[in-house]
Amino acid sequence: MTSRRPSTDPASPADKSAAKRGRIMAVTSGKGGVGKTFMAANLAAALTRQGERVLVLDADLGLANLDVVLNLFPKVTLHDVFTGKCTLEEAILPAPGGFSVLLAGSGLVEYSRLTPEVREQLLKVIETVAPHFDRILLDTGAGISDVVLFAVSLADEVLVVATPEPTSLTDAYATIKVLATQQQRRAIQLVVNQVSRTGEGRVIRGQLQQVVDRYVTPLIEGPDNAVKLNLLGEVPSDLAVREAVQRRRLLLELLPGSPAAKAIVAVATKLLA
Amino acid sequence: MSARPQPTKTSAPSLRLDAALQLLEQSGHVLPELAEVGKQAWLQAVVDGLCEISSRDALTGLANRRQFELALAREIDRVARAGEPALVLMIDIDHFKKVNDTHGHPAGDLVLKAVARALHDCIRPMDTVARFGGEEFAMILPNCPPSFGQQVAERVRAKVQGRSATIAPGQEVSVTVSIGGAFAPQWVRSSAPLWIERADQQLYRAKSEGRNRACLEQPTVSLVSAEEKSLLFGTSQLQDLE
Repeated sequence: MTSRRPSTDPASPADKSAAKRGRIMAVTSGKGGVGKTFMAANLAAALTRQGERVLVLDADLGLANLDVVLNLFPKVTLHDVFTGKCTLEEAILPAPGGFSVLLAGSGLVEYSRLTPEVREQLLKVIETVAPHFDRILLDTGAGISDVVLFAVSLADEVLVVATPEPTSLTDAYATIKVLATQQQRRAIQLVVNQVSRTGEGRVIRGQLQQVVDRYVTPLIEGPDNAVKLNLLGEVPSDLAVREAVQRRRLLLELLPGSPAAKAIVAVATKLLA
Repeated sequence: MSARPQPTKTSAPSLRLDAALQLLEQSGHVLPELAEVGKQAWLQAVVDGLCEISSRDALTGLANRRQFELALAREIDRVARAGEPALVLMIDIDHFKKVNDTHGHPAGDLVLKAVARALHDCIRPMDTVARFGGEEFAMILPNCPPSFGQQVAERVRAKVQGRSATIAPGQEVSVTVSIGGAFAPQWVRSSAPLWIERADQQLYRAKSEGRNRACLEQPTVSLVSAEEKSLLFGTSQLQDLE
Protein backbone atom coordinates (compact mmCIF):
# COMPACT_ATOMS: atom_id res chain seq x y z
CA MET A 1 0.00 0.00 0.00
CA THR A 2 1.35 3.42 -0.86
CA SER A 3 0.37 6.41 1.21
CA ARG A 4 0.18 9.74 -0.48
CA ARG A 5 2.11 12.46 1.14
CA PRO A 6 -0.31 14.60 3.12
CA SER A 7 -0.49 18.16 1.86
CA THR A 8 -0.33 19.60 5.36
CA ASP A 9 3.12 18.15 5.88
CA PRO A 10 5.46 20.65 7.52
CA ALA A 11 7.33 22.62 4.90
CA SER A 12 10.72 21.30 5.92
CA PRO A 13 11.94 18.78 8.48
CA ALA A 14 13.90 21.53 10.18
CA ASP A 15 10.90 23.33 11.65
CA LYS A 16 9.30 20.10 12.78
CA SER A 17 10.91 20.17 16.19
CA ALA A 18 10.35 23.87 16.56
CA ALA A 19 6.64 23.65 15.79
CA LYS A 20 4.53 23.78 18.90
CA ARG A 21 2.19 20.89 18.59
CA GLY A 22 -1.26 20.48 20.13
CA ARG A 23 -1.80 18.50 23.27
CA ILE A 24 -3.16 15.04 22.54
CA MET A 25 -5.77 13.60 24.86
CA ALA A 26 -7.23 10.13 24.44
CA VAL A 27 -10.85 9.68 25.51
CA THR A 28 -11.49 6.11 26.53
CA SER A 29 -13.83 4.14 28.78
CA GLY A 30 -13.45 0.39 28.88
CA LYS A 31 -17.16 -0.32 28.58
CA GLY A 32 -19.00 0.90 25.52
CA GLY A 33 -22.13 2.99 25.60
CA VAL A 34 -21.11 5.25 28.50
CA GLY A 35 -21.14 8.40 26.39
CA LYS A 36 -17.52 8.46 25.29
CA THR A 37 -18.09 9.82 21.80
CA PHE A 38 -20.79 12.17 23.09
CA MET A 39 -18.30 13.47 25.66
CA ALA A 40 -15.47 13.87 23.14
CA ALA A 41 -17.66 15.83 20.72
CA ASN A 42 -19.22 18.14 23.29
CA LEU A 43 -15.97 18.66 25.15
CA ALA A 44 -14.41 19.64 21.82
CA ALA A 45 -17.20 22.18 21.32
CA ALA A 46 -16.70 23.56 24.84
CA LEU A 47 -12.93 23.86 24.36
CA THR A 48 -13.49 25.56 21.00
CA ARG A 49 -15.71 28.16 22.66
CA GLN A 50 -12.94 28.86 25.12
CA GLY A 51 -10.64 29.65 22.23
CA GLU A 52 -8.83 26.42 21.45
CA ARG A 53 -8.35 25.00 17.97
CA VAL A 54 -9.57 21.46 18.48
CA LEU A 55 -9.45 18.35 16.33
CA VAL A 56 -11.36 15.21 17.22
CA LEU A 57 -9.75 12.15 15.68
CA ASP A 58 -12.08 9.24 15.54
CA ALA A 59 -9.77 6.47 16.65
CA ASP A 60 -12.67 4.07 17.15
CA LEU A 61 -11.27 2.24 14.20
CA GLY A 62 -13.60 -0.66 13.97
CA LEU A 63 -16.83 0.96 15.09
CA ALA A 64 -16.72 4.56 14.00
CA ASN A 65 -19.74 6.55 15.05
CA LEU A 66 -18.49 10.08 15.55
CA ASP A 67 -19.92 10.81 12.12
CA VAL A 68 -23.29 9.59 13.35
CA VAL A 69 -23.17 11.67 16.52
CA LEU A 70 -22.29 14.80 14.56
CA ASN A 71 -24.43 14.04 11.52
CA LEU A 72 -21.40 14.54 9.30
CA PHE A 73 -21.46 14.51 5.53
CA PRO A 74 -19.46 13.90 3.43
CA LYS A 75 -17.78 11.09 5.29
CA VAL A 76 -14.29 11.38 3.90
CA THR A 77 -11.97 9.32 6.05
CA LEU A 78 -8.33 8.56 6.68
CA HIS A 79 -8.92 5.38 4.78
CA ASP A 80 -9.56 7.54 1.70
CA VAL A 81 -6.30 9.40 2.40
CA PHE A 82 -4.31 6.19 2.60
CA THR A 83 -5.90 4.81 -0.54
CA GLY A 84 -5.16 8.03 -2.40
CA LYS A 85 -8.77 9.15 -2.87
CA CYS A 86 -8.21 12.50 -1.16
CA THR A 87 -5.59 14.54 0.67
CA LEU A 88 -5.25 14.70 4.43
CA GLU A 89 -6.40 18.32 4.29
CA GLU A 90 -9.60 17.31 2.54
CA ALA A 91 -10.26 14.63 5.13
CA ILE A 92 -10.25 17.13 8.00
CA LEU A 93 -13.93 17.98 8.19
CA PRO A 94 -15.53 21.00 9.84
CA ALA A 95 -17.88 19.91 12.64
CA PRO A 96 -20.96 21.77 13.90
CA GLY A 97 -19.32 23.03 17.11
CA GLY A 98 -16.59 24.90 15.24
CA PHE A 99 -13.97 22.24 15.76
CA SER A 100 -12.49 19.84 13.20
CA VAL A 101 -13.00 16.15 12.79
CA LEU A 102 -10.85 13.47 11.24
CA LEU A 103 -12.64 10.17 10.73
CA ALA A 104 -10.53 7.04 10.64
CA GLY A 105 -13.00 5.06 8.59
CA SER A 106 -13.83 1.49 9.40
CA GLY A 107 -11.79 0.21 6.45
CA LEU A 108 -8.59 1.44 8.01
CA VAL A 109 -7.96 -1.29 10.49
CA GLU A 110 -9.52 -4.16 8.72
CA TYR A 111 -11.41 -6.17 11.29
CA SER A 112 -9.64 -4.33 14.08
CA ARG A 113 -6.36 -6.00 13.33
CA LEU A 114 -3.64 -3.48 13.92
CA THR A 115 -0.77 -3.98 11.54
CA PRO A 116 2.59 -2.24 11.95
CA GLU A 117 1.80 -0.44 8.72
CA VAL A 118 -1.38 1.10 10.12
CA ARG A 119 0.44 2.09 13.30
CA GLU A 120 3.05 3.83 11.22
CA GLN A 121 0.46 5.64 9.12
CA LEU A 122 -1.56 6.81 12.12
CA LEU A 123 1.55 8.03 13.86
CA LYS A 124 2.51 10.01 10.78
CA VAL A 125 -0.95 11.53 10.49
CA ILE A 126 -0.95 12.69 14.09
CA GLU A 127 2.53 14.16 13.76
CA THR A 128 1.37 15.99 10.67
CA VAL A 129 -1.83 17.47 12.03
CA ALA A 130 -0.71 18.16 15.60
CA PRO A 131 1.08 21.48 14.89
CA HIS A 132 -2.12 22.91 13.40
CA PHE A 133 -4.24 22.48 16.52
CA ASP A 134 -4.09 23.37 20.21
CA ARG A 135 -5.70 20.12 21.25
CA ILE A 136 -6.42 16.78 19.66
CA LEU A 137 -8.98 14.48 21.20
CA LEU A 138 -8.66 10.81 20.26
CA ASP A 139 -12.04 9.16 20.53
CA THR A 140 -11.07 5.54 21.08
CA GLY A 141 -13.15 2.42 20.75
CA ALA A 142 -14.72 0.56 23.62
CA GLY A 143 -12.79 -2.12 25.41
CA ILE A 144 -9.08 -2.62 25.96
CA SER A 145 -8.10 -4.02 22.59
CA ASP A 146 -4.72 -3.49 20.99
CA VAL A 147 -6.26 -0.81 18.79
CA VAL A 148 -7.50 1.14 21.79
CA LEU A 149 -4.24 0.74 23.67
CA PHE A 150 -2.29 1.88 20.66
CA ALA A 151 -4.48 4.97 20.22
CA VAL A 152 -4.06 5.80 23.90
CA SER A 153 -0.31 5.31 23.68
CA LEU A 154 -0.16 8.18 21.18
CA ALA A 155 -1.70 10.61 23.66
CA ASP A 156 -0.09 12.97 26.16
CA GLU A 157 -2.91 12.40 28.59
CA VAL A 158 -5.85 10.09 29.06
CA LEU A 159 -9.42 10.87 29.94
CA VAL A 160 -11.45 7.92 31.20
CA VAL A 161 -15.22 8.28 30.95
CA ALA A 162 -17.20 6.11 33.35
CA THR A 163 -20.75 5.93 34.63
CA PRO A 164 -21.76 4.87 38.16
CA GLU A 165 -22.99 1.57 36.73
CA PRO A 166 -20.96 -1.38 38.17
CA THR A 167 -19.92 -2.83 34.80
CA SER A 168 -18.72 0.58 33.67
CA LEU A 169 -16.76 1.11 36.89
CA THR A 170 -15.17 -2.33 36.63
CA ASP A 171 -14.14 -1.72 33.03
CA ALA A 172 -12.90 1.78 33.84
CA TYR A 173 -10.79 0.30 36.63
CA ALA A 174 -9.45 -2.41 34.32
CA THR A 175 -8.52 0.26 31.78
CA ILE A 176 -6.74 2.35 34.40
CA LYS A 177 -4.88 -0.75 35.59
CA VAL A 178 -3.68 -1.62 32.10
CA LEU A 179 -2.67 1.96 31.31
CA ALA A 180 -0.79 2.31 34.59
CA THR A 181 1.06 -0.98 34.29
CA GLN A 182 1.61 -1.22 30.53
CA GLN A 183 1.94 2.42 29.53
CA GLN A 184 3.41 3.85 32.72
CA ARG A 185 0.58 6.32 33.10
CA ARG A 186 0.84 8.04 36.47
CA ALA A 187 -1.98 10.56 36.08
CA ILE A 188 -5.37 9.73 34.62
CA GLN A 189 -8.22 12.17 34.13
CA LEU A 190 -11.70 11.01 35.01
CA VAL A 191 -15.15 12.23 34.05
CA VAL A 192 -18.12 10.48 35.63
CA ASN A 193 -21.06 10.61 33.29
CA GLN A 194 -24.74 10.06 34.05
CA VAL A 195 -24.52 10.72 37.79
CA SER A 196 -27.84 10.84 39.58
CA ARG A 197 -26.69 12.85 42.60
CA THR A 198 -24.30 15.73 43.04
CA GLY A 199 -21.08 14.45 44.55
CA GLU A 200 -21.42 10.95 43.11
CA GLY A 201 -18.46 11.59 40.82
CA ARG A 202 -16.25 12.49 43.76
CA VAL A 203 -17.26 9.33 45.63
CA ILE A 204 -16.60 7.19 42.57
CA ARG A 205 -13.17 8.75 42.07
CA GLY A 206 -12.47 7.92 45.72
CA GLN A 207 -13.55 4.31 45.27
CA LEU A 208 -11.43 3.90 42.15
CA GLN A 209 -8.43 5.60 43.75
CA GLN A 210 -8.69 3.32 46.77
CA VAL A 211 -8.60 0.16 44.65
CA VAL A 212 -5.81 1.60 42.47
CA ASP A 213 -3.69 2.37 45.57
CA ARG A 214 -4.21 -1.09 46.98
CA TYR A 215 -3.93 -3.26 43.86
CA VAL A 216 -2.30 -1.31 41.03
CA THR A 217 0.46 0.65 42.74
CA PRO A 218 2.16 -2.50 44.14
CA LEU A 219 2.40 -3.85 40.56
CA ILE A 220 4.56 -0.93 39.51
CA GLU A 221 8.23 -1.06 40.35
CA GLY A 222 10.32 1.91 41.37
CA PRO A 223 9.84 4.75 43.80
CA ASP A 224 7.60 6.83 41.54
CA ASN A 225 4.74 4.40 41.43
CA ALA A 226 1.73 6.37 42.63
CA VAL A 227 -1.11 6.51 40.12
CA LYS A 228 -3.30 9.54 40.56
CA LEU A 229 -6.87 9.83 39.37
CA ASN A 230 -7.97 13.39 38.80
CA LEU A 231 -11.69 14.09 38.67
CA LEU A 232 -12.28 16.58 35.87
CA GLY A 233 -15.96 16.64 36.60
CA GLU A 234 -19.26 14.86 36.78
CA VAL A 235 -22.06 15.15 34.25
CA PRO A 236 -25.58 14.59 35.52
CA SER A 237 -28.07 12.23 33.98
CA ASP A 238 -30.09 14.59 31.84
CA LEU A 239 -32.94 14.05 29.39
CA ALA A 240 -31.44 16.87 27.32
CA VAL A 241 -28.60 14.50 26.41
CA ARG A 242 -30.97 11.95 24.98
CA GLU A 243 -32.73 14.65 23.04
CA ALA A 244 -29.45 15.89 21.53
CA VAL A 245 -28.25 12.39 20.71
CA GLN A 246 -31.53 11.46 19.07
CA ARG A 247 -31.52 14.61 16.98
CA ARG A 248 -27.84 14.06 16.18
CA ARG A 249 -26.93 17.49 17.45
CA LEU A 250 -24.32 18.76 19.86
CA LEU A 251 -25.80 19.20 23.32
CA LEU A 252 -23.87 22.44 23.67
CA GLU A 253 -25.62 23.84 20.62
CA LEU A 254 -29.08 22.38 21.02
CA LEU A 255 -29.58 22.81 24.77
CA PRO A 256 -26.69 24.91 26.11
CA GLY A 257 -28.59 25.75 29.28
CA SER A 258 -29.13 22.12 30.30
CA PRO A 259 -27.38 20.85 33.44
CA ALA A 260 -25.34 18.33 31.41
CA ALA A 261 -24.16 21.01 28.96
CA LYS A 262 -23.10 23.28 31.83
CA ALA A 263 -21.24 20.38 33.44
CA ILE A 264 -19.32 19.71 30.22
CA VAL A 265 -18.37 23.38 29.96
CA ALA A 266 -17.08 23.12 33.53
CA VAL A 267 -14.99 20.08 32.55
CA ALA A 268 -13.45 22.09 29.70
CA THR A 269 -12.71 25.00 32.03
CA LYS A 270 -11.00 22.70 34.52
CA LEU A 271 -9.01 21.09 31.73
CA LEU A 272 -7.74 24.49 30.58
CA ALA A 273 -6.97 25.74 34.09
CA MET B 1 -50.77 -37.90 4.27
CA SER B 2 -51.76 -34.28 3.86
CA ALA B 3 -53.31 -33.22 0.61
CA ARG B 4 -50.67 -32.00 -1.74
CA PRO B 5 -51.09 -28.34 -2.63
CA GLN B 6 -52.14 -27.89 -6.24
CA PRO B 7 -50.09 -25.18 -7.88
CA THR B 8 -52.75 -24.79 -10.60
CA LYS B 9 -55.20 -23.43 -8.04
CA THR B 10 -52.96 -20.56 -7.04
CA SER B 11 -54.44 -17.08 -7.16
CA ALA B 12 -51.05 -15.79 -8.20
CA PRO B 13 -50.94 -17.24 -11.70
CA SER B 14 -47.79 -15.33 -12.65
CA LEU B 15 -45.75 -17.30 -10.13
CA ARG B 16 -44.23 -20.57 -11.26
CA LEU B 17 -44.12 -22.59 -8.08
CA ASP B 18 -43.78 -26.15 -9.38
CA ALA B 19 -40.06 -26.40 -8.74
CA ALA B 20 -40.42 -24.82 -5.29
CA LEU B 21 -43.23 -27.16 -4.26
CA GLN B 22 -41.30 -30.12 -5.59
CA LEU B 23 -38.29 -29.13 -3.52
CA LEU B 24 -40.41 -28.74 -0.41
CA GLU B 25 -42.02 -32.12 -0.93
CA GLN B 26 -38.73 -33.83 -1.63
CA SER B 27 -37.25 -32.45 1.58
CA GLY B 28 -40.25 -33.65 3.55
CA HIS B 29 -41.51 -30.17 4.31
CA VAL B 30 -45.27 -30.25 4.88
CA LEU B 31 -47.19 -27.05 4.25
CA PRO B 32 -49.83 -26.24 6.89
CA GLU B 33 -53.20 -27.62 5.89
CA LEU B 34 -55.10 -24.68 7.29
CA ALA B 35 -53.60 -22.27 4.80
CA GLU B 36 -55.68 -22.10 1.63
CA VAL B 37 -53.71 -22.86 -1.50
CA GLY B 38 -52.78 -19.74 -3.42
CA LYS B 39 -53.70 -17.31 -0.63
CA GLN B 40 -51.11 -15.07 0.97
CA ALA B 41 -50.78 -17.23 4.08
CA TRP B 42 -50.09 -20.22 1.87
CA LEU B 43 -47.51 -18.33 -0.19
CA GLN B 44 -45.86 -17.17 3.02
CA ALA B 45 -45.70 -20.81 4.13
CA VAL B 46 -44.06 -21.72 0.81
CA VAL B 47 -41.48 -18.94 1.21
CA ASP B 48 -40.86 -19.91 4.84
CA GLY B 49 -40.43 -23.50 3.76
CA LEU B 50 -37.92 -22.54 1.10
CA CYS B 51 -35.97 -20.40 3.58
CA GLU B 52 -35.99 -23.29 6.00
CA ILE B 53 -34.62 -25.84 3.56
CA SER B 54 -32.08 -23.42 2.10
CA SER B 55 -30.63 -22.85 5.56
CA ARG B 56 -30.31 -26.53 6.44
CA ASP B 57 -27.79 -29.15 5.47
CA ALA B 58 -29.65 -31.75 3.41
CA LEU B 59 -27.90 -34.76 4.90
CA THR B 60 -27.71 -33.94 8.60
CA GLY B 61 -30.50 -31.40 9.04
CA LEU B 62 -28.13 -29.07 10.88
CA ALA B 63 -27.69 -25.44 9.86
CA ASN B 64 -25.72 -25.25 6.64
CA ARG B 65 -22.67 -23.13 5.88
CA ARG B 66 -24.82 -20.21 4.66
CA GLN B 67 -26.94 -20.14 7.81
CA PHE B 68 -23.83 -20.50 9.96
CA GLU B 69 -22.18 -17.47 8.37
CA LEU B 70 -25.33 -15.44 8.87
CA ALA B 71 -25.50 -16.41 12.54
CA LEU B 72 -21.79 -15.69 12.96
CA ALA B 73 -22.12 -12.20 11.49
CA ARG B 74 -24.99 -11.48 13.86
CA GLU B 75 -22.97 -12.72 16.80
CA ILE B 76 -20.01 -10.53 15.85
CA ASP B 77 -22.28 -7.48 15.90
CA ARG B 78 -23.60 -8.43 19.29
CA VAL B 79 -20.18 -9.02 20.82
CA ALA B 80 -18.84 -5.74 19.45
CA ARG B 81 -21.70 -3.75 20.87
CA ALA B 82 -22.65 -5.60 24.04
CA GLY B 83 -19.25 -7.04 24.93
CA GLU B 84 -20.65 -10.45 25.82
CA PRO B 85 -18.21 -13.31 25.44
CA ALA B 86 -18.93 -15.79 22.65
CA LEU B 87 -17.21 -18.99 21.60
CA VAL B 88 -16.86 -20.63 18.22
CA LEU B 89 -15.94 -24.31 18.02
CA MET B 90 -14.71 -26.02 14.88
CA ILE B 91 -15.28 -29.77 15.10
CA ASP B 92 -13.72 -32.30 12.77
CA ILE B 93 -14.30 -36.06 12.72
CA ASP B 94 -11.03 -37.94 13.25
CA HIS B 95 -9.92 -40.32 10.47
CA PHE B 96 -13.20 -39.96 8.61
CA LYS B 97 -11.59 -40.99 5.35
CA LYS B 98 -10.91 -44.38 6.89
CA VAL B 99 -14.64 -44.85 7.57
CA ASN B 100 -15.44 -44.10 3.95
CA ASP B 101 -12.64 -46.28 2.62
CA THR B 102 -13.44 -49.22 4.87
CA HIS B 103 -17.23 -49.21 4.96
CA GLY B 104 -18.21 -47.15 1.93
CA HIS B 105 -19.78 -43.75 1.49
CA PRO B 106 -23.31 -44.71 2.64
CA ALA B 107 -21.76 -45.73 5.97
CA GLY B 108 -19.87 -42.44 6.01
CA ASP B 109 -23.17 -40.61 5.62
CA LEU B 110 -24.64 -42.50 8.56
CA VAL B 111 -21.65 -41.56 10.69
CA LEU B 112 -22.06 -37.91 9.71
CA LYS B 113 -25.71 -38.08 10.74
CA ALA B 114 -24.89 -39.73 14.05
CA VAL B 115 -22.25 -37.11 14.88
CA ALA B 116 -24.69 -34.36 13.88
CA ARG B 117 -27.28 -35.77 16.27
CA ALA B 118 -24.75 -35.96 19.09
CA LEU B 119 -23.71 -32.36 18.49
CA HIS B 120 -27.30 -31.23 18.34
CA ASP B 121 -27.93 -32.85 21.71
CA CYS B 122 -25.16 -30.72 23.26
CA ILE B 123 -26.48 -27.28 22.49
CA ARG B 124 -28.66 -24.72 24.21
CA PRO B 125 -31.56 -23.16 22.29
CA MET B 126 -29.58 -20.02 21.48
CA ASP B 127 -26.59 -21.92 20.12
CA THR B 128 -26.02 -22.70 16.46
CA VAL B 129 -24.56 -25.98 15.26
CA ALA B 130 -23.80 -26.31 11.59
CA ARG B 131 -22.27 -28.65 9.09
CA PHE B 132 -19.40 -26.52 7.91
CA GLY B 133 -18.39 -28.79 5.06
CA GLY B 134 -17.35 -32.40 4.52
CA GLU B 135 -16.73 -33.95 7.93
CA GLU B 136 -16.30 -30.59 9.62
CA PHE B 137 -18.90 -29.06 11.91
CA ALA B 138 -19.05 -25.71 13.66
CA MET B 139 -20.78 -24.30 16.73
CA ILE B 140 -21.54 -20.78 17.84
CA LEU B 141 -22.07 -20.42 21.58
CA PRO B 142 -23.24 -16.92 22.47
CA ASN B 143 -22.74 -15.65 26.00
CA CYS B 144 -20.24 -18.36 26.91
CA PRO B 145 -17.81 -17.10 29.58
CA PRO B 146 -14.15 -17.98 28.94
CA SER B 147 -13.99 -19.91 32.19
CA PHE B 148 -16.59 -22.39 30.86
CA GLY B 149 -15.15 -22.79 27.38
CA GLN B 150 -12.92 -25.80 27.95
CA GLN B 151 -15.63 -27.61 29.86
CA VAL B 152 -18.19 -27.01 27.12
CA ALA B 153 -15.82 -28.20 24.38
CA GLU B 154 -14.86 -31.25 26.40
CA ARG B 155 -18.52 -32.15 26.90
CA VAL B 156 -19.07 -32.01 23.14
CA ARG B 157 -16.05 -34.19 22.51
CA ALA B 158 -17.15 -36.77 25.10
CA LYS B 159 -20.70 -36.83 23.76
CA VAL B 160 -19.51 -37.80 20.28
CA GLN B 161 -17.13 -40.43 21.64
CA GLY B 162 -19.94 -41.97 23.65
CA ARG B 163 -22.17 -42.46 20.62
CA SER B 164 -21.93 -44.93 17.79
CA ALA B 165 -23.51 -45.12 14.36
CA THR B 166 -25.29 -48.22 13.15
CA ILE B 167 -24.02 -48.63 9.61
CA ALA B 168 -25.53 -52.06 8.96
CA PRO B 169 -27.65 -54.45 11.03
CA GLY B 170 -25.47 -55.39 13.95
CA GLN B 171 -22.58 -53.29 12.74
CA GLU B 172 -21.68 -50.19 14.69
CA VAL B 173 -18.97 -47.66 14.11
CA SER B 174 -17.86 -45.13 16.65
CA VAL B 175 -15.77 -42.09 15.88
CA THR B 176 -14.08 -39.31 17.77
CA VAL B 177 -13.75 -35.63 17.02
CA SER B 178 -11.06 -33.02 17.40
CA ILE B 179 -12.23 -29.59 18.48
CA GLY B 180 -10.68 -26.15 18.16
CA GLY B 181 -12.21 -23.11 19.78
CA ALA B 182 -11.74 -19.37 19.92
CA PHE B 183 -13.53 -16.57 21.75
CA ALA B 184 -14.61 -13.42 19.97
CA PRO B 185 -12.53 -10.52 21.21
CA GLN B 186 -14.85 -8.53 23.46
CA TRP B 187 -15.90 -5.07 22.27
CA VAL B 188 -13.98 -5.52 19.07
CA ARG B 189 -15.51 -5.99 15.65
CA SER B 190 -13.92 -9.15 14.39
CA SER B 191 -14.72 -10.75 11.08
CA ALA B 192 -16.21 -14.12 10.34
CA PRO B 193 -13.13 -15.39 8.44
CA LEU B 194 -10.77 -14.19 11.18
CA TRP B 195 -12.76 -15.76 13.98
CA ILE B 196 -13.06 -19.07 12.13
CA GLU B 197 -9.36 -18.96 11.30
CA ARG B 198 -8.46 -18.61 14.98
CA ALA B 199 -10.67 -21.56 15.90
CA ASP B 200 -9.20 -23.51 12.98
CA GLN B 201 -5.68 -22.94 14.30
CA GLN B 202 -6.76 -24.55 17.56
CA LEU B 203 -8.36 -27.41 15.64
CA TYR B 204 -5.05 -27.92 13.89
CA ARG B 205 -3.36 -27.99 17.29
CA ALA B 206 -5.88 -30.57 18.56
CA LYS B 207 -5.18 -32.74 15.52
CA SER B 208 -1.42 -32.50 15.82
CA GLU B 209 -1.51 -33.23 19.55
CA GLY B 210 -3.08 -36.61 18.83
CA ARG B 211 -6.77 -36.00 17.96
CA ASN B 212 -9.85 -36.77 20.08
CA ARG B 213 -9.29 -33.64 22.15
CA ALA B 214 -10.41 -30.06 22.48
CA CYS B 215 -8.00 -27.14 22.28
CA LEU B 216 -9.12 -23.60 22.99
CA GLU B 217 -7.31 -20.37 22.35
CA GLN B 218 -6.24 -19.01 25.71
CA PRO B 219 -8.68 -16.23 26.53
CA THR B 220 -7.21 -13.12 28.06
CA VAL B 221 -7.41 -13.49 31.80
CA SER B 222 -9.84 -11.27 33.60
CA LEU B 223 -8.08 -8.09 34.57
CA VAL B 224 -10.10 -7.48 37.68
CA SER B 225 -10.05 -10.00 40.52
CA ALA B 226 -12.91 -10.67 42.90
CA GLU B 227 -11.07 -8.86 45.73
CA GLU B 228 -10.60 -5.79 43.59
CA LYS B 229 -14.28 -5.84 42.71
CA SER B 230 -15.32 -6.21 46.31
CA LEU B 231 -13.19 -3.25 47.30
CA LEU B 232 -14.61 -1.28 44.39
CA PHE B 233 -18.21 -1.94 45.37
CA GLY B 234 -18.07 -3.39 48.84
CA THR B 235 -17.58 -0.37 51.05
CA SER B 236 -20.53 1.74 51.88
CA GLN B 237 -19.23 5.07 50.63
CA LEU B 238 -21.78 5.16 47.84
CA GLN B 239 -24.54 4.85 50.38
CA ASP B 240 -23.22 7.85 52.29
CA LEU B 241 -24.95 10.03 49.80
CA GLU B 242 -28.37 8.52 50.41
